[in-house]
Amino acid sequence: MTNYIDNQIKELESKARGIRRLIIQMLSEAGSGHPGGSLSATDLITCLYFGRHNDGRPILRHKPEDPSWPDRDRFHMSKGHCCPLWYAVLAESGYFPQKELMNLRKLGCMLQGHPDRRTPGVDVASGSLGQGLSVSLGMALAAKIDKKDYRVYCLIGDGETQEGNIWEGAMALAHYKCDNVCAMLDYNGFQIDGKIKDIMNIEPVVNKWQAFGWHTIEINGHNIKEILLALKEAMEVKGKPTIIIAHTIKGKGVSFMENVVDFHGRAPTKEEAGKALKELSEHG
Amino acid sequence: MAEMLYQRDIYGVTLVELGRQDSNIVVLDADLSGSTRTNLFAKEFPGRFFNFGVAEQNMMATAGGLASCGKTVFASTFAIFASGRAWDQVRNTVCYNNFAVKIVASHAGITVGPDGASHQALEDIALMRAIVNMNIIVPCDGPQTREAVLAAAKYPGPFYIRIGRPKVPTIEEKGEFQLGKAQVLTEGSDIAIIACGIMVNEALLAARSLLEKGIKARVINIHTIKPLDSQAVIEAARKTKGIIVCEEHTIVGGLASAVDEVVAENYPTKVMRVGIRNRFGQSGEPAQLMREYNLTAKDIEKTAEAIIK
Repeated sequence: MTNYIDNQIKELESKARGIRRLIIQMLSEAGSGHPGGSLSATDLITCLYFGRHNDGRPILRHKPEDPSWPDRDRFHMSKGHCCPLWYAVLAESGYFPQKELMNLRKLGCMLQGHPDRRTPGVDVASGSLGQGLSVSLGMALAAKIDKKDYRVYCLIGDGETQEGNIWEGAMALAHYKCDNVCAMLDYNGFQIDGKIKDIMNIEPVVNKWQAFGWHTIEINGHNIKEILLALKEAMEVKGKPTIIIAHTIKGKGVSFMENVVDFHGRAPTKEEAGKALKELSEHG
Repeated sequence: MAEMLYQRDIYGVTLVELGRQDSNIVVLDADLSGSTRTNLFAKEFPGRFFNFGVAEQNMMATAGGLASCGKTVFASTFAIFASGRAWDQVRNTVCYNNFAVKIVASHAGITVGPDGASHQALEDIALMRAIVNMNIIVPCDGPQTREAVLAAAKYPGPFYIRIGRPKVPTIEEKGEFQLGKAQVLTEGSDIAIIACGIMVNEALLAARSLLEKGIKARVINIHTIKPLDSQAVIEAARKTKGIIVCEEHTIVGGLASAVDEVVAENYPTKVMRVGIRNRFGQSGEPAQLMREYNLTAKDIEKTAEAIIK
């Protein structure tokens, strides 16, 4: 029975559009930052934070009013440069007022250019790529030691999997049978210098993760139903970690940003932001 | 004869002691648990010990993840790998988050011996000292290793504790160990000899020999390199005709540099360095290497005489 999933698709699509609008607004205001990968992973993270199980419980178990609740599920954004997405989702969840988003990257602000623990909802800083699976492993092992049932979610980038530390973490998560860990690969196919396959090919992706002992789920990372089903499947896997390999489009949702490598690390101008927001309006 | 102890034996035993007192202690190693002696903890607390294989970067970032969930994490491997191979993980995941990760790095310095240059960490204090939030202890002997480990477990935040491979003589009558507080081992107004780790014993031998020549040395054990006991350094500068800093480490960026910084800003005086001068190590027995790299009591003595002259 997947009626409960069908019933939330429209709401989550609308939520994701709202998150994308916030990303554009905050980046345009900041004048720098990374829109491409924030927009490509928006549907994944929106579903994680706002999607619901069959019984109505949220997929990510957390309490925005109590960010250090010991039993919370952990989310770690290993591809830290996409924090505008995370900040928008945290604000939307109620961790801090939405007006904070407009202070992104400004001196003395709570929302640093890469994730930092001064932000409520951020447990571990990131920014130097490749370390997130290891951080997740630490969180997962702590759960085992403390006999807690929280889960650990980790968003990694495709270019990021060129880092050796990713594969050290991947090997260890399988070795320690961390079925409480679900990684999400935002496979948008681009990195700063160009197409992944031209800069440093990471294929065959599915085979690699399977060879490392992971359960793999390959989906369209912009299809809400596929994302929700994958998150559900990941929870049911026993004895190994799961990776959701999400095929996505860099800059998704804004026509002139989609698959344009320039928007990996360039904020939209005021004029571009206006155009983008128009496209992302409810009736766009 | 002073008692000879392996610092890493003491580390292993102290970890077990801590593990019994505190169920929050977790220990990590990267395929060197026999050498670092974390295997003692692993045997008694298998559920709280994790081996990472030959993957130090993974170990350090995982330590951060564990600490984010409230664990006090001890992570061990050889100093060369702990400080160099995993530096970015130590900086960005451990220190930037100010997590309770205690890196106890063994086999530091030239006295690793026959394994040679690739395994002789001569730069680790410099690498760790530059990172914000990191605390650094270089215990001088077996008993002080225990005190350093207990202090690191008790105080919040990241620590780097540097210990060696060979047995080292126990230094008698050091007085109480206090984190961040230097230990004045002998009084003297001619020269100050500041040392850490195995060089403390060499400093004391040098001081004894100097005394026979009528030169009184103030020997100071600076076990805590960060935060540094600045007052003890300024006092040494004020009370003597010059300072010699001795460390089993490059003369760049370690204890000598830390002392230089304090002296230059507060009480400029002559500071000479007994340490390794822009050279990699090589194979050899520890005692031979100490002589080859001018790290013996004799070298300290000669340096003292040069200052006094």
